[in-house]
Amino acid sequence: MNVIYILWLREVKRYFRSRPQIIASLGQPVLYLIAFGFGMGPIFQKAGYGSYRQFMAPGIIGMSVLFMSIFSGISLLFDRQFGFLKETLVAPVPRLQIMLGRTLGSATSAIIQGSLVFVVCLIAGFRPINPATIPLALCFMAAIAIMFTALGTAIGSLLTDMQGFQLIMNFLVMPIFFLSGALYPLKNLPAAFAFVTSLDPLSYGVDGLRTVLIGSSAFGLTTDAIVMGCITLLFIGLGTYFFSKIQL
Amino acid sequence: MIRVQNLVKKFGDFEAVKNISFHVERGEIFAFLGPNGAGKTTTIKMLTTLLKPTSGSVEIDGLNPASAQNEARKRFGIVFQDPSLDSELTAYENMEIHAVLYHVPRAVRIERIERLMKLFELWDRRKDAAKTFSGGMKRRLEIARSMLHTPKIIFLDEPTLGLDPQSRNQLWTHVKHLNETEQVTVFLTTHYMEEADRVAQRIAIIDHGGIVALGSSAELKQQTGTETLEEAFLKLTGSAIRDESASSADAMRQMAKMWSPKR
Repeated sequence: MNVIYILWLREVKRYFRSRPQIIASLGQPVLYLIAFGFGMGPIFQKAGYGSYRQFMAPGIIGMSVLFMSIFSGISLLFDRQFGFLKETLVAPVPRLQIMLGRTLGSATSAIIQGSLVFVVCLIAGFRPINPATIPLALCFMAAIAIMFTALGTAIGSLLTDMQGFQLIMNFLVMPIFFLSGALYPLKNLPAAFAFVTSLDPLSYGVDGLRTVLIGSSAFGLTTDAIVMGCITLLFIGLGTYFFSKIQL
Repeated sequence: MIRVQNLVKKFGDFEAVKNISFHVERGEIFAFLGPNGAGKTTTIKMLTTLLKPTSGSVEIDGLNPASAQNEARKRFGIVFQDPSLDSELTAYENMEIHAVLYHVPRAVRIERIERLMKLFELWDRRKDAAKTFSGGMKRRLEIARSMLHTPKIIFLDEPTLGLDPQSRNQLWTHVKHLNETEQVTVFLTTHYMEEADRVAQRIAIIDHGGIVALGSSAELKQQTGTETLEEAFLKLTGSAIRDESASSADAMRQMAKMWSPKR
């Protein structure tokens, strides 16, 4: 238990100490909010979907949690070859505890990051329909964070050099984001495309956030919660498995 | 303290360690010398539970590192060839994490961290991030950290690589001091002959995965009829330059250097 706590604490400390990085990573969501919020807003409104800013804010929150958590998962790759991970892997503690401490710590940082973006959205004019549902939104953020940190950990355990990194970025992270419905409604899509979006786990995370924050849902809250729960468990399993296979 | 018998490690067809046997006495400083790719790090990995031997037996303080992994890990400390500090955390925090990972009780932890950090002349800088440390200080911090759980053996894999002569000199003074005051057994690898000559009681020269000579520095010189350990080493291992093909780890090392100027 102590081991999980100290490794959790390490990740959170590192997050708070990298202030330039925190500010830099707020830049992207702000850009999206401004460029898409103002750029697409009028068309969205004319099409009868209401305020685009209201619609996209949960998607942007989901995006920032996705990026933050998957990268801190993959950063394991660096840590593993030339850093601190070795120190933890030769310690007389089970690998599962190391993996859990790391994952929970990175996920916590991602949740904090998501909350900051939430505040940025509020400043930009986003208004949740009912403030009482914000704790539920935090639960969905937590699920997205844990899910993708675990996925990042699995990938980081498998990669052996930085070459694969760009590949993962272009063929995994960006598709997860763009196919998730973070930027557009998942209703009335061509059938084949709708099918693809329904395979994207982030679709359910963003849909959950959207349901609790603005009361608009594509899959329904129960489906969102069940799918998120199951896939999170699956990814934790994958992460744990591949992490346990790391050879120094 | 360490007993190795007929140890073999194969990676596919390549035999990295070929049937080596040796033992290290309690309280001894034992050096492994060898050219690049001779099998030094592979051997250390097998001794420290990180790699399973293909065949042969290893005993660390009476334990088999392959089967009694966690028990064996409590008995030794290790300083890797590449830095393994968390450079964003302070020196003290790095020590603290190690203590928790090795289940050092809280009361003992506080007292021992202070003692070791003072011993290694790091106490005044305990609140500074490890990334602000010089190469020599980082190494000292890693050695201090490896001693935190009072291990019986410490493994030092090329600890002086990339350090200036002053830092190297200071580092070995500390290691010798530690060996005398804490009676800790030291197993080290190095490229620098004069260091092995100075600190090690016995030296094994390893080449192409096999031990080609073993004895005190004086014995090795006598055996080869040479004046210095360096001459003895070259006579035993030949003077051909070993070209290691760059592995992905080397590429990463380059990359890491590019990204962190303060390393």
